[in-house]
Amino acid sequence: MANESDNYEAVVQAKRAENVAEFTDDRKGVLAHIQHALHVNPALVPLFVLLVSIVVFGLLLGSKFFSPFALTLILQQVQIVGIVAAAQSLVILTAGIDLSVGAIAVLSSVIMGQFTFRYGMPVEVAVALGLAFGTVVGSINGWLVAVMKLPPFIVTLGMWQIVLAANFLYSANETIRSQDIEADAPLLQFLGTTFKIGADAEGRGGATFTYGVIAMVLIFAVLVYVLSQTAWGRHVYAVGDDPEAAQLSGVNVRGTLISVYAVTGFICAIAGWALIGRIGSVSPTSGQLLNIESITAVVIGGISLFGGRGSILGPLFGALIVGVFTLGLRLAGADAQWTFLLIGVLIIGAVTVDQWIRKVSA
Amino acid sequence: MKKLLIGTTLAALTTAGAAMADGHGASACLITKTDTNPFFVKMREGAEAAAEKAGMTLRSYAGKIDGDHETQVAAIETCIADGASGILLTASDTSSIVGAVTQARDAGLLVIALDTPLEPIDAADATFATDNFLAGELIGKWAAASLGDNAANAKIALLDLAVSQPTVGVLRDQGFLQGFGIDLADPNVNGDEDDPRIVGNDVTAGNEEGGRRAMENLLAVDPEINVVYTINEPAAAGAYEALKSIGRENDVLIVSVDGGCPGVQNVADGVIGATSQQYPLLMASKGIEAIAAFAKDGTLPANTPGKDFFDTGVALVTDKPADGVDSISVVDGKNLCWG
Repeated sequence: MANESDNYEAVVQAKRAENVAEFTDDRKGVLAHIQHALHVNPALVPLFVLLVSIVVFGLLLGSKFFSPFALTLILQQVQIVGIVAAAQSLVILTAGIDLSVGAIAVLSSVIMGQFTFRYGMPVEVAVALGLAFGTVVGSINGWLVAVMKLPPFIVTLGMWQIVLAANFLYSANETIRSQDIEADAPLLQFLGTTFKIGADAEGRGGATFTYGVIAMVLIFAVLVYVLSQTAWGRHVYAVGDDPEAAQLSGVNVRGTLISVYAVTGFICAIAGWALIGRIGSVSPTSGQLLNIESITAVVIGGISLFGGRGSILGPLFGALIVGVFTLGLRLAGADAQWTFLLIGVLIIGAVTVDQWIRKVSA
Repeated sequence: MKKLLIGTTLAALTTAGAAMADGHGASACLITKTDTNPFFVKMREGAEAAAEKAGMTLRSYAGKIDGDHETQVAAIETCIADGASGILLTASDTSSIVGAVTQARDAGLLVIALDTPLEPIDAADATFATDNFLAGELIGKWAAASLGDNAANAKIALLDLAVSQPTVGVLRDQGFLQGFGIDLADPNVNGDEDDPRIVGNDVTAGNEEGGRRAMENLLAVDPEINVVYTINEPAAAGAYEALKSIGRENDVLIVSVDGGCPGVQNVADGVIGATSQQYPLLMASKGIEAIAAFAKDGTLPANTPGKDFFDTGVALVTDKPADGVDSISVVDGKNLCWG
């Protein structure tokens, strides 16, 4: 008797074989397999759409589209939206939305430019202040969402208007010319620096990259690592999935939310810096549609607007899909409205797929 | 203290009354597309100065963004309710606004379209504007003359305004092609020409970002483009960046329209070869004078002879004058520039 009670582990060992609870998937067939695969890796859909659209446009247009020049041009054209979409993804992963991203990016770029040219600050300081500005505005958004418990849509709708109006009031809508920047503050255009691989002797054709494109790829790479490998990253998903459950499991929900919005603001300010590189000048009227474009990229990229699910690489593919369609249709000679029509179809398609994937866990 | 207050109020009232009497109680409205674009800022400055001179009250309204039609309709309704004598309007949606404009004219207001003609042009009492076709023609002629014999094998990119082809975009584009010596096909439509020298049309939204993207798109079609028409100077600056990124900024001729100060500076720096300068301040001040005259004795403004609008003038700004094309120097252009 004593012997048996000493052997308490045996009970557990025996129970092991009983299969107390098990997740079995009774659904069979190719479709169920696909559904499961997508659930595990939601970035597969946009990646697939991206590859198919590149192949289709490549077949239709031949070397005009399927050239290193055109393909890297797409990267250059989506870099700003891509960077902002990375920022937007973080907020959407927490089941929020940020409408102020574009305005933050533009005002940050204006601050970098005007602080240098209006106040004669060293350009390094102006850039740092621009980046700090984005972070601060983001933190305010985060504080209002996390502490004041205001809906993110409302907070950022208000912040969008405030920042945009401040942008026009402060800048008086003055453009700082590319030539002045080049002469006096080339650091502002740093992210626009280009380098070529495989160009001909006259420097034409070949793959063209800018530091802004590299920055976009780096931002996504860092976020992939942070979101999957660090506690903070897992907290972001947890907060987005179910904030109460996250709170009960010891996640600092407030802190996580505020930091997410702050990082978003910071990344938007980097986008503002890249914007100067891209268009050469500091223009307060640019980037007006960045919020919508970034949300489009995120949705096409398969991140769930309900929060907590999606791969950060999705929005990169989403932005690239939009870029491929825009340039591809343009080269095919189609009316620009077709691009918007097809993007609309993609958005609805992406959300439909998202709903379908969700059923796997239901 | 109380007496002082009453005194001040009385004084204020009398002064206001006197001001009203001076301008025959007239007030005018200025409705612009936006209040952020330097072009409209300059327009408002011109209107304010002229209104002050004529002793009129000026109320300014603007759409939130270019294309914001609803705000402009609401502004017209406010002006009617306000009992204004006249409205100066740069319409965002030139045909849809006609209903509201008719309502204002029926209510006895003088409506003058500034800068952007309505569709039809006679929907307004008068139009004070740049001859945009002529503005385009000047840069087209200049480009052709500057290229000389090479004009016959030019490769032309046309960077237009918007997909919807607003009048101003069509007039400048078609004017440019006419000046360059290209058959227009239908002069009311952009992009229907079949001259092999045209590589393509793309749209820019009239800003740097759009200009760069459109230029890149057309360079992907044909990297040998050597003449670039742009709807305005910000689009031209964007196009220049695109050319610079592939190292072709020095062998391409860029022409534009507007005459804003940054644009004229870009002509000085060789970014833009030549630009046609327009005069928004003059449009607004002439417009206010016309409303003052109308409020006084019902005089209607007259059109420039031979045109269906009042032409506020246009001048070609370049430091590389071409034979047979009148132009003014960059220095003169800078003195007259806006924004």
